[in-house]
Amino acid sequence: MTREEVFRGSGPTSGATVEVKLGAKKDGTIVSAKQVLKFQAGAFAGSPIGPGCMCGFALYDIPNVDVVGYDVVSNRPKVAAYRAPGAPITSFGVESALDDLAQKLGMDPLTLREKNAARNGTKTHYGPVHQNIGFTAVLDAAKSHPHWKSPLKPGQGRGIACGFWFNIGGESTATVHVNEDGSITAATGSPDIGGSRASLGMMVAEVLGVPAERVRTVVADTASIGFTFLTGGSRVTFATGMAATQAAEKVVDDLKRRVAMTWDIPVDAVEWKDGMAIPAGSNAGAFEPLDIAALALKAGRTGGPINAEVSVNAQGAGAGFGAHICDVSVDKETGHVTIERYTAIQDVGKAIHPSYVEGQIQGGAAQGIGWALNEEYIYNDKGQMENAGFLDYRIPVASDVPMIEAVLVEVPNPRHPFGVRGVGEVPIVPPMAAISNAIKGATGLRMPDLPMSPPKVRAAFDAAGK
Amino acid sequence: MPKVVISSGSACQRLTGGQTEFEVEATTFRRLVLELEQKFPGLGKQVEEGMAVAIDGEIFQDSYAVQLQPDSEIVLIPKIGGG
Repeated sequence: MTREEVFRGSGPTSGATVEVKLGAKKDGTIVSAKQVLKFQAGAFAGSPIGPGCMCGFALYDIPNVDVVGYDVVSNRPKVAAYRAPGAPITSFGVESALDDLAQKLGMDPLTLREKNAARNGTKTHYGPVHQNIGFTAVLDAAKSHPHWKSPLKPGQGRGIACGFWFNIGGESTATVHVNEDGSITAATGSPDIGGSRASLGMMVAEVLGVPAERVRTVVADTASIGFTFLTGGSRVTFATGMAATQAAEKVVDDLKRRVAMTWDIPVDAVEWKDGMAIPAGSNAGAFEPLDIAALALKAGRTGGPINAEVSVNAQGAGAGFGAHICDVSVDKETGHVTIERYTAIQDVGKAIHPSYVEGQIQGGAAQGIGWALNEEYIYNDKGQMENAGFLDYRIPVASDVPMIEAVLVEVPNPRHPFGVRGVGEVPIVPPMAAISNAIKGATGLRMPDLPMSPPKVRAAFDAAGK
Repeated sequence: MPKVVISSGSACQRLTGGQTEFEVEATTFRRLVLELEQKFPGLGKQVEEGMAVAIDGEIFQDSYAVQLQPDSEIVLIPKIGGG
């Protein structure tokens, strides 16, 4: 497809309206919340209204919640899944309203969120009970971060907003081969869009007890690996990682069996440690350790090639929470908003490859900054897109954003062997409200429409007589 | 028996004649789907094709073998994907 065809035919996320009403005591305890969401679906029903209804209040422990969602069919291109589908839209409304509530109550906006934060055991308004979540740990990290404590320069405003995404598991396949020279190949069916290949290889290396550089991780094609569900839903490091870990564990079991055969002792008398087989104790006998390379050389004699394949339908994906802090300055003459400082804090479970995890968070935040300030599909009165190209559809470039500091909070997910929870989608949820709240801090203006592009900001100044 | 809960006003409620809570004799997710279909024609199919379930708080998707306990609470929610 050409770039123009991608714009016209592959589907944006929904345009939407979000109405939020909050009821709170003077001490900041939120006692009721109401939300009406209208998501544009395009020509066919199927907007992400379901997650839109579930995500906005999932972060908070509110006893009375009423959410109504509409999937609105319209004469426009169909919408499609877009990073945490539905969640950024609903959270833009909720997190903006929370900021206004904090101001009305004279409370610090972070304190208001702390007071009402969901914890383990909190029953969400859509049914499930939160388990093993790290939202309060995220808020603690935000509160103690130097960004939150630092003074603002004159004319600047600071905003904070939070975000939630379920994360999913699903079907994944991985194979682990021991090659003739003792190196390892790990193959999975998950295309790598954020560093997952390195993370999967590291998990395999950890189980086998070998250096990560001894593992070559490849993305196998459909004919070469068992079925693997798509790369999406923040599922790959969790679900495919589970398959890869289990495949590596099967290889270790096989290696131990081969060592037991070689030493002529029971398999439970063999221990696998630091990439080598050793006797499990003095009663097992005295044997020199055998490493993977030595075992690979004799694989033919001990049963043939050493490999294992595991397919899973992974359940137990841990939900993710994030909090973003943003400082902005606003040019009153042009309406241009400059992001002065940006910090994104997130519970990532266990960061297998921390710099790739940071990259996911920075990418999500940058995508959200684009959504907040510039990106929009412009349609004519016939429902045809008029800005199908990057000259007219403006995404953020490097000069538009400062260094986004990613803070990794690690609350392990007990349903994954290494504690992994999905990371990739949460960071697009908070930016729009964080920036809107910062603009309000800088100017006193509540910007209720996205994107908060210069003409709209300038118009808001005009409307306010500023 | 496990208790099934659906959101008020959801499409499912139209299939249950307005009921939002009811009990179902089932020990696995697969049996749950079959029982729902028998009890409220169309509901089992809808759950199987377009919904996830939260069983005692934990979300499960597309997994026939998941076990239910006699006192389990099963909440029907939209299937969760991602982008």
